[in-house]
Amino acid sequence: MTSLESHIPSRSPSLGRRPLSRETVIGWGLILVLVAAAVFAHLAGEPFYVNLASRIAIVALAGVGLNLALGFGGMVSFGHAAFFGIGGYVAGIGAFHAFDQSPLFGLSGLPAGSDLMPVLWLSALLVCGLVAYAIGAISLGTSGVYFIMITLAFAQMIYYFAVSWPTYGGEDGLPIYIRNSLPGLDTNNPLVFFTLCMALLGLALFLTQRWMNARFGAALTMARLNETRLATAGVEPRPIRLAAFVISGMITGVAGALFADLNGFVGPSMLSWHRSGEIMVIVILGGVGRLCGPLAGAILFVMMETLLGGLTEYWQLFLGVVLLAVVLFARGGVMGLLAGRERYA
Amino acid sequence: MRDPILALDGLDKSFGALHATRQVSLDLRPGEIHALIGPNGAGKSTLIAQIAGTLKPDRGEIYLERQALSSLSVAERARLGLGRSFQVSSLAEPLSVLRNVMVGVQAVQGSSYRFWKPIRSDADLVEPALRAIEQMGLGHRADTAVSDLSHGERRQVEVACALALKPKALLLDEPMAGLGPEGSAKLTELLEGLKTRVPILLIEHDMDAVFRLADRISVLVDGEVVAHGDSEAIRNNPHVREAYLGEEAC
Repeated sequence: MTSLESHIPSRSPSLGRRPLSRETVIGWGLILVLVAAAVFAHLAGEPFYVNLASRIAIVALAGVGLNLALGFGGMVSFGHAAFFGIGGYVAGIGAFHAFDQSPLFGLSGLPAGSDLMPVLWLSALLVCGLVAYAIGAISLGTSGVYFIMITLAFAQMIYYFAVSWPTYGGEDGLPIYIRNSLPGLDTNNPLVFFTLCMALLGLALFLTQRWMNARFGAALTMARLNETRLATAGVEPRPIRLAAFVISGMITGVAGALFADLNGFVGPSMLSWHRSGEIMVIVILGGVGRLCGPLAGAILFVMMETLLGGLTEYWQLFLGVVLLAVVLFARGGVMGLLAGRERYA
Repeated sequence: MRDPILALDGLDKSFGALHATRQVSLDLRPGEIHALIGPNGAGKSTLIAQIAGTLKPDRGEIYLERQALSSLSVAERARLGLGRSFQVSSLAEPLSVLRNVMVGVQAVQGSSYRFWKPIRSDADLVEPALRAIEQMGLGHRADTAVSDLSHGERRQVEVACALALKPKALLLDEPMAGLGPEGSAKLTELLEGLKTRVPILLIEHDMDAVFRLADRISVLVDGEVVAHGDSEAIRNNPHVREAYLGEEAC
């Protein structure tokens, strides 16, 4: 048997820096295509298409969040619209009170609202983190179909809560009259706003990759693949899952805040179960558990919605066909088709 | 006599009318292999589950180096140094041998909530894992996915995973199950080399392996320890021959 000392140098391929994988190259390719499209549309004076690119980046960001729970953690959450919508309402309510110069929720003693994006993003992170902790702590006692149903139930509760809260528009939703701001930047410029969305998406992708390559990711991967093995190895599976679920909800929440600002509006539709399904479809289209899968899925989804939606109002029929094809024939989604099967190092 | 590492004290467990574990007391001392044998349905798996923490005993207590275990979770017991292998191997198939073993190392080192440093270049994680893999004679397979391993090699990986915990005691549930004579002989040899480092409670059907490896043997029938002694005594115990060994030992 070779001694340990002589063995380690021969492992240098996995210990040292590895060449760029095909998946990484494709991920960068997708990012570049999206950026190039936005810049080109801006130069061509087509703000509609710049906003479309922003929409792709935002929806992809929501998918990156869900992917952490669904793809990497194996937790099929059918309630991520809760976080998307709460993030949206944080942006909307902050702007509402900033516009009004009134304290939060109209309660004197609370600080005034804010229309600063960083403040709103951090608030969205905080609120969504707390809500995800509460939902996750209860839901993670279950698995499989029950987990799907209980996350759906929580999201529906929040949906009906928003519908019945007249202060913030209830069923009609809440307009954001002036897009929230970031000091030094003109957020009303579509390209600037796109850049912000893209930067947050890039940050989320970078962090997710970092986390999944670190000890946390190793434990989360094991929790998904074989929970018994993880426990037998001395790591409690449930808190690991819960941490992933919380982070997942936080990322999707930030996407919601951006989405509200993109549309200048937040309403209960951001909280509805259709939205949960849409985010899930994006993750599945792109490739479950693939880092850049949500980006690929978001590009495909928004393109189909725009191109086919322009031709026929039954575009979702075609979406269904594509989704069927992906689920039946390409289990790795778009990333699976482009970059091949998933490999673990 | 030295203190036992692992001690079961009056374990008792019933499922309705089925009394699966009856007042089982046994111990595992440093440097020994203690084999637990018994016919199918004797309650071996139930007993293992209680030691590992997946089942709670109705009465009795389990001690690992004098620490009572019964209120601790599976993961807590593992961190205290109770390593186990499964009757049907339980590994993450798509992951490499190294990745399977490294999870145990990371648990022992304290934290899985580290989000930054890549595990691949973390020598604190990789080296102890490789050492455990080498101990089980699989150094050349460290980067191979478990799904590409033979049945016998998976058995070895299971033990390597347990070793990564720097265990104080090993609980091996039929490690020879499904192995051919060759694989069985190889694993027997590896376990023999291991016992000086960590005592092993061995549940096994392969009698050749048991008689070769075990320093002491306990026989479980209908949830009860009916005989206990070294292999010579067990071989000649008429009660045991009747209940379990049958023609095989005659």
